[in-house]
Amino acid sequence: MRRSITLTAVALSAALTLAACGGDGTEEPAESEAPETTAATDGGSITVWVDETRQAAVEAAAADYEAATGTTVEIVLKNFEDIRADFNAQVPTGEGPDITVGAHDWLGELTANGVVAPIELGDKASEFEQVALDAFTYDGQIYGLPYAVENIALIRNTALAPQAPATWDEAVAMGQAAGTQFPILLQVGETGDPYTAYPLQTSFGAPVFVQNDDGSYTAELALGGAPGEAFATWLAAQGAAGTLDTAVTYDIAVEAFKNGQSPFIIGGPWMLGSFEGLDLAIDPIPSAGGQPAQPFVGVQGFYVNAQSENALLANDFLVNYMATEEAQLALYEAGDRPPALIAAADAASSDPITAGFRAVGAEAVPMPSIPEMGAVWEFWGVTEANILNGADPVATWDKMATDIQGALDAA
Amino acid sequence: MSTSQPTSVVSTSAPPGGAPPGQARGARRLREPHAAGSTRGLIVKIALMALVNAFGAYVVLAAWAEGSFGILWSMVALVVVADYVYFSRRSLPMKYILPGLVFLLVYQIYVVLYTGYVAFTNYGDGHNSTKEDAISALLAQNERRVEGSAGLPLAVIQDGDGNLGFAVVRDGEVLAGTAEQPLEPVDGAVVEGSAITDVPGWTLLPRAEILARQADVTTLRVPVSDDPEAGSVRTQDARTGYSYRPSLEYDAAADTMTDLTTGTVYRPNAEGLFEAEDGSTLGVGWRVAVGLDNFSTAFADDRYAGPFVRILAWTFAFALLSVVTTFLLGLFLAMVFNDPRMRGRKIYRTLMILPYAIPGFLAALLWSGLLNRRFGFINEVLLGGAEIGWLTDPWLAKLSVLGVNLWLGFPYMFLITTGALQAIPHDLLEAAKVDGASRFRTWRSVVMPLLLVATGPLLISSFAFNFNNFTLIYMLTNGGPRFTDASVPLGHTDILISMVYNVSGIDGSAPKNYGLASALSIVIFVIVATVSALAFRQTRKLEEMS
Repeated sequence: MRRSITLTAVALSAALTLAACGGDGTEEPAESEAPETTAATDGGSITVWVDETRQAAVEAAAADYEAATGTTVEIVLKNFEDIRADFNAQVPTGEGPDITVGAHDWLGELTANGVVAPIELGDKASEFEQVALDAFTYDGQIYGLPYAVENIALIRNTALAPQAPATWDEAVAMGQAAGTQFPILLQVGETGDPYTAYPLQTSFGAPVFVQNDDGSYTAELALGGAPGEAFATWLAAQGAAGTLDTAVTYDIAVEAFKNGQSPFIIGGPWMLGSFEGLDLAIDPIPSAGGQPAQPFVGVQGFYVNAQSENALLANDFLVNYMATEEAQLALYEAGDRPPALIAAADAASSDPITAGFRAVGAEAVPMPSIPEMGAVWEFWGVTEANILNGADPVATWDKMATDIQGALDAA
Repeated sequence: MSTSQPTSVVSTSAPPGGAPPGQARGARRLREPHAAGSTRGLIVKIALMALVNAFGAYVVLAAWAEGSFGILWSMVALVVVADYVYFSRRSLPMKYILPGLVFLLVYQIYVVLYTGYVAFTNYGDGHNSTKEDAISALLAQNERRVEGSAGLPLAVIQDGDGNLGFAVVRDGEVLAGTAEQPLEPVDGAVVEGSAITDVPGWTLLPRAEILARQADVTTLRVPVSDDPEAGSVRTQDARTGYSYRPSLEYDAAADTMTDLTTGTVYRPNAEGLFEAEDGSTLGVGWRVAVGLDNFSTAFADDRYAGPFVRILAWTFAFALLSVVTTFLLGLFLAMVFNDPRMRGRKIYRTLMILPYAIPGFLAALLWSGLLNRRFGFINEVLLGGAEIGWLTDPWLAKLSVLGVNLWLGFPYMFLITTGALQAIPHDLLEAAKVDGASRFRTWRSVVMPLLLVATGPLLISSFAFNFNNFTLIYMLTNGGPRFTDASVPLGHTDILISMVYNVSGIDGSAPKNYGLASALSIVIFVIVATVSALAFRQTRKLEEMS
């Protein structure tokens, strides 16, 4: 008896071992077997990677597509953070999905790796917001089907501030007049938040990269020089005055606004869920440096695998079924971001909040998708945080510009 | 934190009362016939091995279907070895160690070999796949729609010889053509709405057929006319066609890319890129072996020179201090709780082990919240609102990292030292007492040496683990606070492995370079291996002493 127990244990562990080592290699094949076997049946099959927020909406569009064409759409739920690296790694092995959801600023990396295919929107292109198309354009080609545009704006608690401020100083004055704990809320955090602070930087005329006439970015840095230094000096002044504080993180800012501790918060539609019950208005971000305060626009969309064996179906699904008003509105309902399709965005704009964000987004600039952007993020936020905490603004800012240039030259 | 270390207490060499080898062998010989006679055991064994084999066959078939022959042959080899080991009578020891060996092979040796291989390639962003993939990606990215050309309703058709072609509607007229034969008007074709329903002389391909031949359809180019400038019709959805013109052409014979608008010729270079005479390159590259390049570039960038020395010093200090502090605290507690006069020892011991039961990355995140400068529990509640920058001041951040690691690591040391203390024979301590040694003297000359012999290898593995304790650093401080005088995004609490994460761009600060990351990991491995080897030699000396 004893002997057989040992044997059982050994054999069991052997089985587990084999299971583990088999699983190591076969987990993907098992997943991708489906398309191959079902490709023989009439409608074919495509695999789509989505994340949680988009799952229901894509499933609804997929159901329509399945009903109309007999194609099976297999929806695979992934963590949004994992999709980028997994897509890069799996496409070359032939295991990638036919379509994946993604953000436009991955584009530079995805094209350099040759894992995304250009997509032809044809006459449909004119039905999309121009900023959404620009975001998904790389070297003159469109690489994804945009479905949502997201950007930050000034969210105002109308009970505390009945009118929209025109400038930053006016906003601060109105906030002080309201007698709340924070005159205006802008998340910073110990490592800075250059994304949220960007509109204030552009209001000094210091965009991050030089833009071509068609709105695409060059790799030439533009955040240094006199305008950048002016912004840095302004940051230092705000830090000294206590208007901006590195201890205010996203959570703290949202909590404070929710509790009525400030009439203003600069933030995006993702915050709205926390502000239920407040009477809100969405306004343009007040300018601090005199020029228009342009935030970054992030565009969400769908990419097609460059090595997809079902390219025909993938494009058909995207161009003819996801670029429709119903599909884009369904995604809007799921994610609260204004749709990229103009007709859908118009319909969604019946909600004044969405209309407000959309109006600010129309004046905004796409976040650069060129690979050089990675180097900028690393230095940018920490520098802003240091300046807010009292570092010499001009010298710190100039060193940052030099360091970023150094990182760009080394890459 | 030491959660992933082997938890078993290494027994202090051979137990003194162990049976002599001859005796053990005799006992086994006695047992063997008995075991062979146990039919129930045999049935269970056969059933389990059948399961193992069935699983192996499943994996082999799945691998065959996928064309993954590496997995296929490894699986075949594993199944054959497993069958041999468990059915042969001559391989008793292997029966016990085979599962472990397989795990070692899959999770350690394969990974090590693959890392070694990647270290000699330029795998990373821009060199993500094979040359074939790069060429097809470049061609796809550089095929441009003819400006001003309209979208044409399209149907996929076939001629009598089985050649695929397109029928399109242009200005109300139906045209048809194949790859060789430019579009020509077809008389008598029927169009309903925007769909072409009949093209005389051609067969319309049904949708199922189109889907079965997707690759052929998407790669088909039907010239618009004899003039190549007019482009060729292609389709991505088999519903609408557009005129496209390539701006890049690949010559397979010469292995060159030619830019059709400027005439520039690009040739493949040693770095896995197409390069023109003037040094400009095309955007997509492929993976090539680059020899020792990764190792030299790792040390060539002088922006990293200064920070590297500081980070190396801190890494050693961090790993060493982590081991020393956790060991001393663990030992102290173990000695206290080892005292029979202490009551409720079991409860205390259980409580002591709690930090060990919390996943390390979770605990690190928790601590980073507790230590927040303005809103953390430590500052706000315990210190009455003092704004101490536990994680933002260079020295305090180092102290916090060590403190959190102490909290995470002492239960492990507590466990192993408790075990080792209980294994110290009482007569030795009695003898020391009789000889008149003071308590401290006994501890220093009797307890410590015996303890170090027992725990030495674990201390070394703990050092090696902390040397690469990425999770703690990443979750607690993410390397911060930053060096203000360096030009690279590294900080005061960065250790070598988190520096590698940054240098190779895996953190997103630069194009990812897996080749460089692998090369640097190998360098770190060499450092850790050297230190461990030296330390093992020291413990062997201790063993001889006792």
